[in-house]
Amino acid sequence: MEAQTWAVLTVLEQTPGVDSARALTEDEQRALLEPWFGPELPVDDLPIPRLVEVVETTEGYDAEGLRQRLAAEAPGAVLDDHTRWRRPLVEAATRLRLMGWVAIGLILASTAALITLAAGSALAANQQIIRVLRLVGAQDNYIARAFVRRFTLRALTGAAIGTGAGMIAVALLPRASTEGAFLTGLGFAGLHWLWPLAVPILAGVIAFWATRIAAFRALRDLR
Amino acid sequence: MIELQDAAYGYGADPLLSDMSLRLAPGSFHFLTGPSGAGKTTLLKLCYAELLPTAGSVRLFEQEAKEMARDDVARARQRIGVVHQDCQFLDHLPVAENIALPLTVSDRKTGDEAANLEELIAWVGLRARADALPPELSGGERQRAALARAVIMDPDVILADEPTGNVDWEMSLRLLTLLIELNKMGKTVLIATHDLALIRAAKAEVAARVLRIGGGRLQLAGADL
Ligand SMILES: Nc1ncnc2c1ncn2[C@@H]1O[C@H](COP(=O)(O)OP(=O)(O)OP(=O)(O)O)[C@@H](O)[C@H]1O
Ligand SMILES: [Mg+2]
Repeated sequence: MEAQTWAVLTVLEQTPGVDSARALTEDEQRALLEPWFGPELPVDDLPIPRLVEVVETTEGYDAEGLRQRLAAEAPGAVLDDHTRWRRPLVEAATRLRLMGWVAIGLILASTAALITLAAGSALAANQQIIRVLRLVGAQDNYIARAFVRRFTLRALTGAAIGTGAGMIAVALLPRASTEGAFLTGLGFAGLHWLWPLAVPILAGVIAFWATRIAAFRALRDLR
Repeated sequence: MIELQDAAYGYGADPLLSDMSLRLAPGSFHFLTGPSGAGKTTLLKLCYAELLPTAGSVRLFEQEAKEMARDDVARARQRIGVVHQDCQFLDHLPVAENIALPLTVSDRKTGDEAANLEELIAWVGLRARADALPPELSGGERQRAALARAVIMDPDVILADEPTGNVDWEMSLRLLTLLIELNKMGKTVLIATHDLALIRAAKAEVAARVLRIGGGRLQLAGADL
């Protein structure tokens, strides 16, 4: 093998974060190119660059440092570390995740608004009852409690039903497969199935506070 | 107990009541009279802080009504039994539960109080009607239920707005007797009524002061009553 390849392998051997490095044999290179150029390709006569497979350890290596050392020891070598290709994908995935969080935030906010509205109209519809309760000496807390209990229970049941349906839907989604498209393989694994259980609890907490705030605001106008 | 000093009130721009001064001393018995529309009910509403005076001061148990927090008002109302002119029941609850309502809302509906409730329902003669809904009661039955609700918390003060408005003379006397009984137990009583015969009947039994609202003012009625 040429000196350049040896120099590269030597550098790689001394690089922390590199698990193993191996130059591909000519047969392997031919196999890689075969789909494009056919089996008769005279690899020896062509100026095909020598490929070196690098497997990094879990900690990874310092790509910039390695690039500089390679430039010094083997001027023709090019380090192609794939992260370049992965980066936009990772970015897209991160953005998708962010959108997910924004969607969850919006859903929670609209849930709170909806419950506040519903509680407000329930309070308005029961104005006369609330007046009588005040007259016989009920404190705001007592009156609010009755409404809060009702709406929290409703939100809990509603969210529990919704979560159940959602989990069934997710369980029925197609599995990930080799020829799979972008959206397959969504779903929960193992303990992740417990995550959706937070939804009814969260809905209950939101309903509790939304109703409580609405109730105290409505009561303020009534002596 | 309850004290008004130069208190005034008006629903609109014109004052309905002005310069109202009144002191309900512990154990006292008052009548409040005056023509319909004179403002008797309005004055009582000032006394339990459903309305706040537009001028002057109203004090409940040594607290200025205007400065009371909402929970203070609630606590003061637990010490004031009110027979409302229009009763103010919750029509979807049976009579017994309506009578017990002040206990329920103050989280005091315990065993003791429940026995007390039975006794009280019998005392106002409503044992047979305890499970009826308020709209199913006769006028007199409603007023007796309202009186029972007013006293269930063993209040210091009882404010009764036309407690005999819908009942015959015999029942009026019975209700009056109940109120006099309560006064003899040490409760402060104020009855708003335009039934002068009732006032005369009471005066034979109890030392009552008779106040009269007229022309937006409050005065002590003459000895002819
Ligand atoms: N919520 C209200 N808004 C406007 N005006 C009111 C209101 N309540 C009472 N009024 C008016 O204030 C005046 C006094 O009413 P109030 O009920 O105090 O009289 P009253 O002496 O209790 O009469 P009655 O003997 O008929 O019960 C009346 O002219 C009444 O129309
Ligand atoms: Mg009246």
